[in-house]
Amino acid sequence: MKVSITVNGAPREAEVAPNTLLVELLRGSFGLTGTHVGCDTSQCGACTVRLDGKAVKSCTVLAAQAEGCEVTTIEGLGAPGALHPLQAAFQETHALQCGFCTPGMIMGALDLIESGERLDEASVRAGLDGNYCRCTGYHNIVRAVLLAAGANA
Amino acid sequence: MNAMIGQPVRRREDVRFITGRGRYTDDISLAGQGYAAFARSPYARARIVSIDTTGAKTTPGVVGVFTGADLTAAGIGALPCGWLVKSTDGSDMKVAPRPPLAATQVNFVGEPYAIVVGETLAAARAGVDALEADFEELEASANLASAMEGVQIHDGIERNLSFHWALGDAAAVDAAFARAKHLTTLTFANNRLIPNAIEPRACVAAYDAASDEITLYTTSQNPHLERLILAAFVGLAPEHKLRVVSPDVGGGFGSKIFVYPEETAAAWAARALNRPVKWTAERSESFLSDAHGRDHLTTAELALDDAGTFLGLRVRTRANLGAYLSTFGSSVPTYLYGTLLAGQYCTPAIHVEVDGVYTNTAPVDAYRGAGRPEATYVIERIVETAARELGVDPAELRRRNFIQPDQFPYETPVALVYDTGDYQQSLERAQKLADVAGFPARRAAAAAKGLRRGLGYSCYIEACGLAPSQLAISLGAGVGLYESGEIRVNPTGSVTVFTGSHSHGQGHETTFAQVVAGKFGIPIEQVEVVHGDTGRVEFGLGTYGSRSLAVGGSALVKSADKIIEKGRRISGHLMETAPDQVDFEDGVYKARGTNRRMTFGEVALAAYVPANFPEGLEPGLSEKTFYDPKNFTYPAGAHIAEVEVDPETGVVKVVAFTAVDDFGTVINPMIVEGQVHGGVAQGIGQALLELGAYDESGQLVTGSFMDYAMPRADDLPSFSVDTTVTPCTHNPLGAKGCGEAGAIGAPAAVMNAVTDALGVKDVAMPASPERVWRALRGA
Ligand code: FES
Ligand code: FES
Repeated sequence: MKVSITVNGAPREAEVAPNTLLVELLRGSFGLTGTHVGCDTSQCGACTVRLDGKAVKSCTVLAAQAEGCEVTTIEGLGAPGALHPLQAAFQETHALQCGFCTPGMIMGALDLIESGERLDEASVRAGLDGNYCRCTGYHNIVRAVLLAAGANA
Repeated sequence: MNAMIGQPVRRREDVRFITGRGRYTDDISLAGQGYAAFARSPYARARIVSIDTTGAKTTPGVVGVFTGADLTAAGIGALPCGWLVKSTDGSDMKVAPRPPLAATQVNFVGEPYAIVVGETLAAARAGVDALEADFEELEASANLASAMEGVQIHDGIERNLSFHWALGDAAAVDAAFARAKHLTTLTFANNRLIPNAIEPRACVAAYDAASDEITLYTTSQNPHLERLILAAFVGLAPEHKLRVVSPDVGGGFGSKIFVYPEETAAAWAARALNRPVKWTAERSESFLSDAHGRDHLTTAELALDDAGTFLGLRVRTRANLGAYLSTFGSSVPTYLYGTLLAGQYCTPAIHVEVDGVYTNTAPVDAYRGAGRPEATYVIERIVETAARELGVDPAELRRRNFIQPDQFPYETPVALVYDTGDYQQSLERAQKLADVAGFPARRAAAAAKGLRRGLGYSCYIEACGLAPSQLAISLGAGVGLYESGEIRVNPTGSVTVFTGSHSHGQGHETTFAQVVAGKFGIPIEQVEVVHGDTGRVEFGLGTYGSRSLAVGGSALVKSADKIIEKGRRISGHLMETAPDQVDFEDGVYKARGTNRRMTFGEVALAAYVPANFPEGLEPGLSEKTFYDPKNFTYPAGAHIAEVEVDPETGVVKVVAFTAVDDFGTVINPMIVEGQVHGGVAQGIGQALLELGAYDESGQLVTGSFMDYAMPRADDLPSFSVDTTVTPCTHNPLGAKGCGEAGAIGAPAAVMNAVTDALGVKDVAMPASPERVWRALRGA
């Protein structure tokens, strides 16, 4: 079947099987390998992207379900030299080590920052509950999100 | 002077990671690649009666099906264990050969016995489903506690015992115990852990028929070692016809040191099929087939005199090796464990005995800390327990027994010589930072809310910077443990650095560039760090054991010194000054007593445009070093955990964690802090959450993130981290290594805090709500 999706602002089309996952489409046909796969039980969050402005785990969404939607991946957020404030905050606070969880972590944390709620350490920790990081112990990720939230406020 | 040392330079590698431009193994796709899937044993132990591949081979889209018999017929050998350990009777450890694909018997659930390659992953998986394997299920020995009395797993290996190893002076310990006024005894398990780097293991292998060369992209912490083992022992291809590339690797923690069946079979299949083959583990495969960590059963006894002075320590450990000896599986519960049992203390007599035992479970090997967390857990739990039994403040008891700064170099009774340290200083700093003085008030405030608050210490030491080849080889290591570092100064003055270390999160592209840029007095932007490719880097032993900076970084310092020296000769010649009259400072060569000077860049260009070089001065500016340290490094520190326990639910919350570590000279404090955070998180995970569990029949009970709990953001507090510095005395950087400290120190600190809060002698790790709840009710 054919799907038409707006990916990072550009219309894209692809032929997919009914059971193709959104993450498979993004990483495969679309070549957007910034979105990662870290598990097979929807628990790590490495695959998090934005679907119509909301964070979703792209391993739990069928490509077909994204028909007509807008998808933003890490590649669409900011580029070297023109980083999104959250990306910049991740570098500034050393919120990543191996970088594998990072795209999902950033895409997930965007929801928190844009929620408009006043964030503190506890609410950020609770809000990041769906994303595993095995490297950083989350300490600096929490700092990054708070820094970016402050910058946005 | 190196102006870049000690600077929290922001990481240069981050830009690609935060913009989705990282290049991990699964991101690599080669034209025409097939996809591999593995058939894995559903049994903990079974004889393979037959494997009928007909159905798999005729499955649409399947392009290749290979079993263990195919690999054996092609001359592919067993995956070796690289460290020979001897038993107390002088005999070699007993090794059960581990074929990449099981051919006659499977010995753990998840052990691969066939590889299927398909045009698509779905085709490969359908092919696996269509394989007809006939197994005769056999009784298994999956339980460490009973494995020595259980059914024999491997032919010729009685009691499932690979080795009975010992270290130290048993008679001296007996004598110490005879004099003792107080004896503290503890028996506990060091829980089995599953490393779970967030990037699963993966590989893409390609064969080039024209050059007869295999290129293997794989998630390895040590690509050169992988190539060496696959060439020399497994017989996959000659070393010069095999290129191993580890691109960006998403965390390792030890689990990606080892040579695994999957990349071996995939690389072999790529040549057999003459097309690229790609494999990426699903997380459930990672749980089953990555090497696990820890898994000890230990009884420890500490003998003390009236004044609380340690007289002797006796340790008996049964260590789980899993079904086969993994790449370094034998060294972890022996040389990386027993040698650390002196800790930070002047215990005059120590004796340790270790039984290395096979079980029908996944192989057990190095996981962050590798042996040293287990040793620290033994010492720091028993010291804290002794203090409580004697009614002495646990910090005070430690202080009384610390090795004092004027005692270095200090030779322990378990074969190490510590070069330097100041344990008292770290402990005091940690106590201040953790506000130990205010703890009674915090405890009272918690009690008023119906919560139990506890505080626990852990004063750990580790032997890192693995390390001196002579020592390691004399103890059974099959390879040296030096590191290579090459620096090429390009004609335009930019610098390319080739290191045998491998970064999978540690930030070498920044730290190593800081070291080199600082040496040459050039901007860091002019330095490129290359690693992880046997086709580009001459040789290397990789990254594990907190060795990269201390060993790999030191190799680069030596190479940089050689380049500076050569630059002195070149500039001396051009400035008509004797080389020993040329000073190099801040990137400029200066002829002493004159105003003649040349910048580093000018000298680089001159090196490649040798208009009138004299006899004996070669053109070019490129140097390399194989640096082999004289000793291990000995990072040490004091960790303090504070926990709150809800007695109604048994839930333990770590409310504060303080780490003061002595890593010697720190190049980039920001990166070092990050390493501590990550290690502490894994240590807290071990203490409170993580348990790799098999049932009696050998089925993995914790085979997914739903059953195996890893710390999430809201399971952890923010950490308070600081360092003290006693520079390592025997490497040119003075660096000791920082990667494992958190995972080594944290578990004992947390469990000391938990037992303090509960007022009990011991609780098993992980201190789950159920265990804590039961402990509170004496059940
Ligand atoms: S890949 Fe783990 S949640 Fe999607
Ligand atoms: S940075 Fe490695 S998993 Fe988060």
